[in-house]
Amino acid sequence: MQKFEYVSPTTKEQAVALLGENWGDVEVLAGGTDLLSLMKDYITTPRRVVNLKGIAALSGVRYSASGLRLGALATFDDVLSNTAVRRNYPAIWAAVEGVTSPQIRAMGTVGGDLCQRPRCWYYRAGYGLLAKDETGHALVPDGDNRYHAILGHNSGAYFVNPSSLAPALIALAAKIGVYGPKGARQVDAAEFFRAPGGDGEREYQLSPNEIVTEVLVPAPGGMKNATYEVRQREALDWPLASASVALKLTGRNVGAARIALGHVAPVPWRAGAAESALVGKAVTEQTAAAAAEAALADAKPLSRNAYKVQLARVAVKRAILAAAG
Amino acid sequence: MSSSGDMPDKPNSGVSRRNFLRGTGLVLSVPLVAGGVNVVTVEGAAVQVYGPDKVQVSLNINGQARSAEVEPRTTLLDTLRNDLDLTGAKRVCDRGTCGACTVLIDDKPVYACSVLAIDAQGRRITTVESLSSNGNLHPVQQAFVDNDAQQCGFCTPGFVMACKAFLDRNPNPTAADIERGLGGNLCRCGTYVGVRAAVAQAAKARPQRGGRRNG
Repeated sequence: MQKFEYVSPTTKEQAVALLGENWGDVEVLAGGTDLLSLMKDYITTPRRVVNLKGIAALSGVRYSASGLRLGALATFDDVLSNTAVRRNYPAIWAAVEGVTSPQIRAMGTVGGDLCQRPRCWYYRAGYGLLAKDETGHALVPDGDNRYHAILGHNSGAYFVNPSSLAPALIALAAKIGVYGPKGARQVDAAEFFRAPGGDGEREYQLSPNEIVTEVLVPAPGGMKNATYEVRQREALDWPLASASVALKLTGRNVGAARIALGHVAPVPWRAGAAESALVGKAVTEQTAAAAAEAALADAKPLSRNAYKVQLARVAVKRAILAAAG
Repeated sequence: MSSSGDMPDKPNSGVSRRNFLRGTGLVLSVPLVAGGVNVVTVEGAAVQVYGPDKVQVSLNINGQARSAEVEPRTTLLDTLRNDLDLTGAKRVCDRGTCGACTVLIDDKPVYACSVLAIDAQGRRITTVESLSSNGNLHPVQQAFVDNDAQQCGFCTPGFVMACKAFLDRNPNPTAADIERGLGGNLCRCGTYVGVRAAVAQAAKARPQRGGRRNG
């Protein structure tokens, strides 16, 4: 790890003033479960680390009639132990519960989950976000891509977004609160992530001197919701594919649906075709399977990850059935 | 951001001259207070900037006030092991994925390899060294012995701390609770059956409070 200076501001205004103009110059520390590893591997070598944990306003989980507010510093334990989350937002609760390591749940934060960097082993080994060798040749398409993207990799980014919360937040139409030198702004969770065009870019819609402050989830308002993860291991690993679903039922039929997949693309993947396939129909084994088929219709698996297409279909189908059930 | 050619087996040197100069430039005209701490004025308030060289870190470990001189980049794990002679927590993966370094902070299990020592100040740190007293093993430790819950033993201190934290929160666990509750620790020898049996034994050995079953 390269040496850095450490500063622990107590307000978000101070924090933002201490950040840098360029990515990687200054890094933000919350739970530390990802940042410390990235620094140990020299994937990022900041000259300064700004610890956010001294900023009380970024903490807490609060549920009210207007919805749910997750502070950026709320830990996964904080979210998991909140009975209102479990009752009203099972899609969020299940995504958090899927992180089985008690240590990660005690340390890891909501903001950190959204801003953690990809797990792609080429990226983690120093080949950059777009994983190219010194001649500019992309390593993933004919390399070991068993855990890489099956959708949305036209841009040349083959990693998958690692966030546990993001698909659930997109399905629930949440907004991400951001603070920067120009003040506060909100971004739709569905618009927060991006496929980077170069190694100096990030996978989310923040400027280098902005921080995530909170996540705002609308009141459930009768939206039934669920998350289903397909995992190789139950512990200490990321899912191979996941899906989060929010449904508004009108009588027996689906009036509105929002469906997002995790771990299949460089961004959490909104499955509009699956939503359209479901609206106006009753949720049955058959309609859920048809929606799952639609969700993966455009999948372009790489040389070693075609198996993920079926896993993702299963995740979509089971999440739909769980939400409706 | 390191360049894309930087491989882990060929890391940058600890400090490059360019980064050092850039770093010092940004805290220019700031008085040096003491021991690697500078004070900068940010948004009208005085904010202390620590490092990048060694600073004094005060830690509450096993009920004792301890201090060490470490760089801000130093992890709690390395501080415990290298500066405070507390070598129970083990350095194995050093990436928050194995659990061998588990200690408790404010009674919750954490990976000490993924916490900066400077960031652990003001918190209550509990390490495996605190468990036995006067030569008597803690019930969790005794249960590990009784159930052969270790083979090479390198993961054991971390497992013991994770088990203690788990039982403190789940005094009457089911078998499924135990399996899931220990999901943050790995044993490469594969002695999970023994660990689960040890947790079940330690749960029974605890003074029962009200007989409430969890789950």
